[in-house]
Amino acid sequence: MSFQGGWTGCVLRVDLTRGEVRREELDPRHARDYVGGRGIGARLLWDELDPQVDPLSPENLLVFATGPLTGTNASCGARYMVVTKGPLTGCITTSNSGGRWGPELKFAGYDLLVLEGRSSTPVYLWILDDRVELRPAEHLWGKGVFETEDEIRRETGVADCSIASIGPAGENTVLYAAIMNDKFRAAGRSGVGAVMGSKNLKAIAVRGTGGVRVADPGALMAAQWAQKEVLSKAPLTSEGLPAYGTLALMNVINEHGALPTRNYKEAQFEGAENISGEELAKTRLAANKACFACTIACGRVSNISNEGIGRYTLKTSPRNWHHATEGPEYENAWSLGADCGVDDLDAILKSNLICNDLGMDPISLGATIAATMELYEMGVLTDEQTGMPMPFGSGDALVAMTEATGYRRGFGNEIAQGSKRLGEKFGHPEVFMGVKGQEFPAYDPRALQGMGLGYATSNRGACHLRAYTVSAEVVGEPEPMDPRATEGKAQLTVDMQNISTAIDATGLCLFLTFGNTLSDLTPLVAAATGIAYTDDDLVRAGERIWNRERMWNLRAGIEPSEDKLPKRMLEDAIPAGPAKGEVNRLSEMLPEYYRARGWSDDGRPGAEKLADLGIG
Amino acid sequence: MQALEISPEKCTGCKQCELACSWVHTGLFQPSRSVIRVHVFDEQASFAPYACFQCDEAWCMQACPVNAIDVDEATGAKIVLDDVCVGCKLCVIACPFGTIFFDKAADTATKCDLCGGDPACAHACPTGAIRVAEVDPGAWVAPFGEKVDGAYRRAMEGGEA
Repeated sequence: MSFQGGWTGCVLRVDLTRGEVRREELDPRHARDYVGGRGIGARLLWDELDPQVDPLSPENLLVFATGPLTGTNASCGARYMVVTKGPLTGCITTSNSGGRWGPELKFAGYDLLVLEGRSSTPVYLWILDDRVELRPAEHLWGKGVFETEDEIRRETGVADCSIASIGPAGENTVLYAAIMNDKFRAAGRSGVGAVMGSKNLKAIAVRGTGGVRVADPGALMAAQWAQKEVLSKAPLTSEGLPAYGTLALMNVINEHGALPTRNYKEAQFEGAENISGEELAKTRLAANKACFACTIACGRVSNISNEGIGRYTLKTSPRNWHHATEGPEYENAWSLGADCGVDDLDAILKSNLICNDLGMDPISLGATIAATMELYEMGVLTDEQTGMPMPFGSGDALVAMTEATGYRRGFGNEIAQGSKRLGEKFGHPEVFMGVKGQEFPAYDPRALQGMGLGYATSNRGACHLRAYTVSAEVVGEPEPMDPRATEGKAQLTVDMQNISTAIDATGLCLFLTFGNTLSDLTPLVAAATGIAYTDDDLVRAGERIWNRERMWNLRAGIEPSEDKLPKRMLEDAIPAGPAKGEVNRLSEMLPEYYRARGWSDDGRPGAEKLADLGIG
Repeated sequence: MQALEISPEKCTGCKQCELACSWVHTGLFQPSRSVIRVHVFDEQASFAPYACFQCDEAWCMQACPVNAIDVDEATGAKIVLDDVCVGCKLCVIACPFGTIFFDKAADTATKCDLCGGDPACAHACPTGAIRVAEVDPGAWVAPFGEKVDGAYRRAMEGGEA
């Protein structure tokens, strides 16, 4: 079997310890069975990485994986996945990003980039088609993402290159440091940036002038046209996302009483309107910005508008980006906003900008600041310890702590550890709102039962992108389901996990599922690769990848007992709003979930299941 | 004659036009060989697709020493005759707009040929930023030029575009 298209068939390996570059052939069977991106990355970690390894040691592998549709004209085919052992969770982690870095890697001729070892001095990797070299980066160490990108563009003399880099947060191994590409796009979660920092790798600049070949261009064109037509007619992808970005959700989730507020103590935020997509569009939106090949363009470019007040204005910032920044997305506006009780959109934008420049995941950062604020209001933390008053609602504390955390200055050094370690250190582990060490995103699992199961069973710790049951529980797609009920949520979660995993593997963006169904996408994958995939084949590939990740986590010592939610979600009822009185009833769903997965009662994939999926 | 009518303010920078153009002309998805290109003004958050204006008295055509640039009778597009072009690049130097390119892979000049009257980029554009229009070339280039020039003057005077 050889490659007809979609995949380039080439894996680029860089041994940072020895400074060696190798090229290998991609195993066509792995490509067929695991599709790409998240899947091939998981397979590679299974084959090559000891799950017990310290995530920040040279032994950890850092994999950048594209899918067969990355770099083609498939709508939203811009994605790449960073796969590694995450320092925040200890789990296999898969962090996805858009922009145009993934397509550039593909145009340079590579499906995967695998980084091994640790460089003795800071370096960056420069890939110009066949030319691959490590270059010194001492002069870039300590610099933010924006300056790093500008400097590398100047040095390489190739203005069209795309750059993935870390900021000071990654260098300082902030446990949720991100890898940023194209300045504002992030492989955000679980600390992939800290792994890159631990390897002394500052950036990967890539420019590809080659092309991506597809097996059946005519069929791909027809499938893409049909796919694009659906996206241009579906209300969310043709109106909601272009007009308001993902921030369209702020008012919707708040109205459902599912907007976690002040570290999940409440589920409705009185200031939601002030930080909503509608407010952003009215007062601060400069432009929409699409990722490569995206026909939705949910990306926001926002101004900070409070000219004259200047409290958080970007005009006085040393990292002035012409008064504008990309974002915020819904999750960030929630974590930096509602979760911290902050309703000042300018403070959120400023904090978001700092996160982009220093390279941090705003979800975990905001949630950890929220936990700090709770400890402060409990009287556990004093002004002396934190260095400043930290009540809920303080935009000043939010902005100051964002910067302090990226540089691990003062109390920022504690916040950099994430809220699980923070809570444990100060004797109150109950302030950690998350699963497997990773903080929750922006949907209260007491109000949306399915999200609780999704968070608890996600292979990379709490995550909204592994099974977005919000789609059924709030939006009503594909079928409306009662958000307060637990019936049917196990099967829904399994189905969504499998499909989302498959889409992640293709190199497509999950946001297209706001319009497209899997049957719109399967013909794209088949046309690009020349393999006659059916919808069912892709769902099976998703299931195979999911089980592979689960097995890897079990070998890493992440026991099924970790499929749990914090006590607050299970015992403390929502105090007010439409979901008043609700708790998450995980115990009603979890056994059913294990059965739907075909796993044992204690949550382990058995020999029969693994054989069925072709996992040895 | 026909030309591409481009509205930069509608562009989101997705580069579907580059993908479509390169596919039509090379059979690959290869933006580096597209003859329509989107310049991303990162710091201004603006995106400018640019392609040949199909000038009436085309500078590239005037400069070519071997008459390798011809006019497509159907559309008025200026097209490169691949088997005549010797790859001297004089046209690339002559074009005041930077919209004729030298294609290393083919060793010839390459430029927008309006796909024979049904441009792939216009089809691919999701926001209607690229349309094919029947135009008098001066009719829309002039206001566009004035707009660009005006923005430049304001930037010089007031410090902001």
